[in-house]
Amino acid sequence: MATTGKKGFLHYLTTVNHKEIGVMYLMNSLVFFFIGGIMALIIRTELAAPGHQFVDGAFFNQMTAMHATFMIFFAIIPALIGLGNYFVPIMIGSPDMAFPRLNNWSFWLMPFSGALMLGSLFVPGGSAAAGWTAYPPLTNAAYSQGAGMDMWILAVHIAGASSILGTINFIVTILNMRAPGMSMFKMPLFSWSILITAWLQLVATPVLAGAITMLLTDRHFGTAFFNPAGGGDPVLFQHIFWFYSHPAVYIMILPVFGIVSEVFSVHARKPVFGYNSMVFALAAIAILGQLVWAHHMYSVGMDLTAQLIFMMMTMLIAVPTGIKVFNWLATLWGGSIRFTTAMLFALGFLLLFTIGGLSGVVLASAPVDYMMHDTYYVVAHIHYVFVTGSFFGIMSGLYHWFPKITGRYLSERIGKIHFWLTFISVNITFFPMHFLGMMGMPRRIADYNPIYADLNLLCTIGAMVFGFTQILIIYNVFYSKKYGKKAPANAWGGQTLEWTHTSSPPHEHNFEKIPVVNQKHAYEPYTN
Amino acid sequence: MAHHQDHDFFIPAPSIWPPVACLGAGLMAFGLIALWHFSALTGKVMMAAGLATVLIGAFKWFGMLIAESRARGKGEHPFVVDLGNRYGMILFIVSEVMFFAAFFAGYFFLRSGNPTWPPENIALLPVDLPILGTLILLTSGATVTWAHHSIVHARKGETIVATTLTWQLGLIFLALQAFEYSHAAYSISSGVYGTTFFMLTGFHGFHVLVGTLMLMLLTRRLIQGDFNEKQHFYFEATAWYWHFVDVVWVGLFLFVYIL
Ligand SMILES: [Cu+2]
Repeated sequence: MATTGKKGFLHYLTTVNHKEIGVMYLMNSLVFFFIGGIMALIIRTELAAPGHQFVDGAFFNQMTAMHATFMIFFAIIPALIGLGNYFVPIMIGSPDMAFPRLNNWSFWLMPFSGALMLGSLFVPGGSAAAGWTAYPPLTNAAYSQGAGMDMWILAVHIAGASSILGTINFIVTILNMRAPGMSMFKMPLFSWSILITAWLQLVATPVLAGAITMLLTDRHFGTAFFNPAGGGDPVLFQHIFWFYSHPAVYIMILPVFGIVSEVFSVHARKPVFGYNSMVFALAAIAILGQLVWAHHMYSVGMDLTAQLIFMMMTMLIAVPTGIKVFNWLATLWGGSIRFTTAMLFALGFLLLFTIGGLSGVVLASAPVDYMMHDTYYVVAHIHYVFVTGSFFGIMSGLYHWFPKITGRYLSERIGKIHFWLTFISVNITFFPMHFLGMMGMPRRIADYNPIYADLNLLCTIGAMVFGFTQILIIYNVFYSKKYGKKAPANAWGGQTLEWTHTSSPPHEHNFEKIPVVNQKHAYEPYTN
Repeated sequence: MAHHQDHDFFIPAPSIWPPVACLGAGLMAFGLIALWHFSALTGKVMMAAGLATVLIGAFKWFGMLIAESRARGKGEHPFVVDLGNRYGMILFIVSEVMFFAAFFAGYFFLRSGNPTWPPENIALLPVDLPILGTLILLTSGATVTWAHHSIVHARKGETIVATTLTWQLGLIFLALQAFEYSHAAYSISSGVYGTTFFMLTGFHGFHVLVGTLMLMLLTRRLIQGDFNEKQHFYFEATAWYWHFVDVVWVGLFLFVYIL
């Protein structure tokens, strides 16, 4: 954090400024992206060939569990919270967040949570190793005896507390602090996406806290929630866990929908097509997303009617998602498109996330899922959602908003190399996993049948290229912050408040004077 | 900050107390791990230090809030600040509702998954204490409403009496619960009935305790004259919290004790 200028550690420790806190979230997330990425490369190195050659099975299991944990709780979610923290108040014309000190508190919990999680790798017995899903009985006191599992639980608890209070801050800010004239249906879609995501986090995260509290008491106080010997049931954990963790997927993707809406509009120089339907589609996805959790559990022996309902509801989500995809296409249609790096990542998102969405519809079908459950098809699906969805969206947002945050553009030359290498390598990494899944290769296993060898090697090569390509974004950030091309206030000719009414970077309380919003619709030019 | 402020929102100065509270939370978590897995003594020391740090951070932080509220003066809070605080408290209660929802969902799931409920070897507690508890909590809901009625009619003395009654009822409820716990023939680790019983009533009891402490602080602030008939956000937040605790108890009473 010392990279952000002359201000000392104490300044950043005590800051209540939403922009500084947003940047700290982003830096924090960058660090954990790399830690999670190194774990992914360890996994891929072991899987380059059948047999055990690089790490032992126990460590491999730790890596799969911790890779997902770090990427979800410490990289993707904080990155989106960071962008939200920085841009939501500006986009709605507010001087800061509603509860600035609480904002500071939410951020500074994260390093402690991260330290606990990282530290768990170094205790006897190693870290949690039962997947990020932490299913009992694998995670009960008998099968996960070490401190690692407890550190995982407490770290997730702390991150969850941070998340819940941060979420309240977002909702109150958006409901209460919009500038005069900024009605809800004039808000840029990124603000809408953060509002709806915040709502999901608010109702889902406490349920996760409940699930892992039960796990903790089962481990240490002899409660029997998940212990069949005492009348409990491990399936209960899965229900409660997925009640959080399916919405968590939307927590990681809805803000990205918001980001790419901004990017498409600005870089195609057109207002977003079908603004109202975009908002309603976001809300519909969020509502449906809360009712479909058991599609992760078809194979636990659920009632057939229940499976049918969960299957239908899940497939229904494709409808609002489809509305969004078509609206984005319509936004691009007839626009004067600039193929900036931000735009390229957004287009890459549109193309590849749609694949991830469609493979989700495939998995939603219970009969198909019986075959695909716990195979590499699931891995392929979720990485098309998280990497080509969330990660591409975050990168798009970074290239788009970096000039606003720092006053300098990220290098487009490095950016384009970064994009194309990333675009090609993610497909080499994750596309073959669909085939591996259909061939029946189970996930989270260090060793495999030699018939899967060729495709696995291909995945590993792709992953290596993908991993090392990301050094470019680090280099680009640090290089461009110092030597990048200077950006004017409206770096891309956008029509939202962060472009039209603030300098680059914005000053301490964002606006010279609170703007009065007089556009008829969002994304139309301001006249004042 | 050369420009003058042209909005009603309150933007505080940087503060060390929120990160101090974070440090305390971190210490407690590491302490718990040490206690369970490494050295009990170190763990206990760390947890005590962590708890103290959290409390110091929280007291200083809330102290700032109270001081700022006083500095603004009674009736001088901008409308938007008051409204934002209300939204915040409502959303916090929503998150608490969802936390309890997880445990209620667990209870219903396990109950429906077991052939008999309660499981055969469990001797249930008599229901008269919980009935008394219900009456006490419902009465406390009435007294806090009485206090609210008094505060909006600017009857300060009555407000203080009614609020004091409310937290005293809360204390009586907690005492009853402790008494009941000591007479239970089962424990938290004697199977799924004890588990759900103690976790649900235990978390509820903890929330009663928190609500009671909030009410005690409220009484003190009422006596100090911090509120008037128009502006009493902390009063309302506490009252809402207390009603929430009340409603959770009604759910517990119905589903855990009666049905
Ligand atoms: Cu799901």
